[in-house]
Amino acid sequence: MATATIAGKEVHINEEGFLTEFDEWDEEIAAELAKNIDVEMTDEHWKLIKWLREDYKEKGETATTRRVQSVGGIPTKQQFAMFPKKPAKKMSYIAGVPKPKGCV
Amino acid sequence: MTVIPNFDSDDSDRKFVIICSKGNLDMAYPALVLANAALGEGIETHLFFTFWGFDMIIDSRMDDLQFSPAGNTAMHFPVKGKDIRIPQAVMPLPGMTGMATKMLKDQLEAMDIPPVRDFLDQIVGAGGHLWGCQMSADMNKVDMDDMYEGVEDIINATDFIEMTDGAQLLFI
Repeated sequence: MATATIAGKEVHINEEGFLTEFDEWDEEIAAELAKNIDVEMTDEHWKLIKWLREDYKEKGETATTRRVQSVGGIPTKQQFAMFPKKPAKKMSYIAGVPKPKGCV
Repeated sequence: MTVIPNFDSDDSDRKFVIICSKGNLDMAYPALVLANAALGEGIETHLFFTFWGFDMIIDSRMDDLQFSPAGNTAMHFPVKGKDIRIPQAVMPLPGMTGMATKMLKDQLEAMDIPPVRDFLDQIVGAGGHLWGCQMSADMNKVDMDDMYEGVEDIINATDFIEMTDGAQLLFI
């Protein structure tokens, strides 16, 4: 498993650059990850990212865009506006959780 | 070593078009699932509804698509570790379609897979495009007033051919 230095901290990442250790994540790291993929973090972004982490902690898997809408309460359209083109991958990358596995 | 995922640069010209020609509940979902997945990958996605697939976008019918196990010899009851089938001769009996439809809807709901209308809402919200087929509209005696609100227009065969220039096509 490779490591990288993000926001001055050594963290474990996979071949795509996703964090692999849930507990190594913090907000400074998230901010840098967001910058890496040109996402400007607003309060709404933080709220979503934190919800995604909470949900992952509870369920053991990453919420799909469907679940972010139906359980997290953020409509798909808004998710695409906040994380253009590939919301599921971008939000999970910033949140330090794996890409969602579910089909829907 | 820092690895930054390449989310935006690849496949930006890819265009995906699904022709939906079936109006059975079970045959509605392959297109919905794949369109949703394609949109989630940032791919321009169009759904073209034709023939029986028109029921998926006729506002008064889309919430009431049915699943019939008649003629479908691959339907097994979803019981782990068991293989339970009902003889085909029983399938056309009154109530079977309703029962099978309810079972399928319950299963979809249990997996948080949305009903057809909600799924189309989600697809439109994600930037997907929905089109009706002119000939099917004429045959069904319906027009834009009868369509689900997310349908952009009813287009003819030539429009469709123009629209799908360079696209990957899937017929369901």
